[in-house]
Amino acid sequence: MAIIKTEDLTYVYSAGTPFEKKAIDNLNIEIEEGELVGIIGHTGSGKSTFIQHLNGLLKPSSGKIFIDGTDIWQDKQTTLATRFKVGLVFQYPEYQIFEETVYKDIAFGPKNMGLSEEEIDKRVRETAKLVEISDEQLEKSPFELSGGQKRRVAIAGVMAMRPKVLILDEPCAGLDPKGRDRILDKIKEYHEEQKSTVLLVSHSMEDVAKIATKILVMNNASIVCYDEPPKVFGMAEEISKMGLDIPQITKVFNALKEKGYHIADDVYTVPYALKKLLAYLDNKGVKGNA
Amino acid sequence: MDNIIEAKDVWFHYQSESFEEDAPIKEVLKGVSLDIKRGEFVAVLGHNGSGKSTIAKHFNAILTANKGEIIVDGINAADDEKLFDIRQRVGMVFQNPDNQIVATIVEEDVAFALENLGVDPAEMRERVDNALKDVGMYDFREHAPHQLSGGQKQRVAIAGIIAMCPDCIVLDEPTAMLDPIGRKEVMKTIKKLNRENGVTIILITHYMDEAAKADRIVVMDSGQIILDGTPKQVFKNVDLLKEVGLDVPQVTELAYGLRKNGIDIPDDIITEEECIEEIIKIIEKAGK
Repeated sequence: MAIIKTEDLTYVYSAGTPFEKKAIDNLNIEIEEGELVGIIGHTGSGKSTFIQHLNGLLKPSSGKIFIDGTDIWQDKQTTLATRFKVGLVFQYPEYQIFEETVYKDIAFGPKNMGLSEEEIDKRVRETAKLVEISDEQLEKSPFELSGGQKRRVAIAGVMAMRPKVLILDEPCAGLDPKGRDRILDKIKEYHEEQKSTVLLVSHSMEDVAKIATKILVMNNASIVCYDEPPKVFGMAEEISKMGLDIPQITKVFNALKEKGYHIADDVYTVPYALKKLLAYLDNKGVKGNA
Repeated sequence: MDNIIEAKDVWFHYQSESFEEDAPIKEVLKGVSLDIKRGEFVAVLGHNGSGKSTIAKHFNAILTANKGEIIVDGINAADDEKLFDIRQRVGMVFQNPDNQIVATIVEEDVAFALENLGVDPAEMRERVDNALKDVGMYDFREHAPHQLSGGQKQRVAIAGIIAMCPDCIVLDEPTAMLDPIGRKEVMKTIKKLNRENGVTIILITHYMDEAAKADRIVVMDSGQIILDGTPKQVFKNVDLLKEVGLDVPQVTELAYGLRKNGIDIPDDIITEEECIEEIIKIIEKAGK
């Protein structure tokens, strides 16, 4: 059964005013449990509006959302329970840190869930370990940490609630390449350990390609496609027209194909590009030393 | 040669937040020397904590060196009396567009600094209009900033700086919070200001493709400059860049991988076009 399912989901901002705007339009999608989904789309495509529906932060103008088979708006209790089932990490989550110590900040969500002290302690320590925050750092004020560390703490705060679905809105925004790879690695580790469903919103196809099992492309308030990464990258040109960035290497291989050198269709990482190109060259009789 | 900025053996540490008297001093800049020529487009790379933003903040005297000196257009930046002169010559644009806009109407925001400087209203009108035209935001002059996209806000912030007619603009990760379209708009604006208006640009960035468009790249690590040269010269150092937590353009990495496998391809490929051309050359050569 799908963990997330929407039926004709539509949301209109400022309905009945001159600023009325359909942010999502008749969305129908089913996401299976255990997927790591990369959601890409340019600003205004509706991706943030979409994810805010999944834990009941926004109420649909029309249509339905099912989490784990239950309509999240069927009654008030279900809506509230959804907030624990679906954890949402906003953009720049480090701005939302407020507790005195890192430990307390990570413990805040689990505490609100009414868990026992022992369980809270266990979860805080496990999650801190996962995001590489040391025991010593747990006792520090969050404001003594670096930007990258703060972000990992803020993400840990949601992970510690062990939501069935974890959603992260642009978790890598503003980080340097090293910090970016580290966060992506941690998300992947969490996904593998917990076997839960993870949704990752990003502008960058490159980042998404590194870890996602499926990619959801949004444009103009609708879903353009939902498929495995190689298939989605095969549509590079259409995606580029939507104002999204295509990895440089994908552009190179597409251009080569256009010029009659068909090496591979689904290139988006350098190691894979290298492998395919070396094999192609080998075939043509260009021998390296390897 | 005419240098707009000269940094000579600059050392800097932030005041320790610890109350302990003998808390160790952590040097953020360890003897940085750097000359920026008038009209140059320089990209500064370095991972978080490398000191790149810290050195940039010295260029318009937001920070002053503990040791060494900074000369901006012949003026010593340590001279408090000359602070206004320095800030007028070197403008700064920061990462978050929302933190830089103060007024409720776009053109008023651009005029803000000019009002503070007491510029004549007629001249102010002209400068504001020209600055908004330079960044392609003239049509939005009567909009409220919150109606703009991130890229548009960032261009308004740039217009506010241009209106002061600076010789040099320092941009500290101006595109980090923008989407691909916003990034392109801002990069186009920066390049135009450099090529057409002759403004010196110092661009601090994490994006290798943006750095590849500069005339020169300076790479910082642990408070020191470790590489300084044209993009082609700098990106050749694939191993060193990765070691200090940076990337190289994907095409450079691909060429590097090919070379490692014994394929003869130049080691200074940084654009898609070069990469495509060289790969075709190799294939065609094999066909003969």
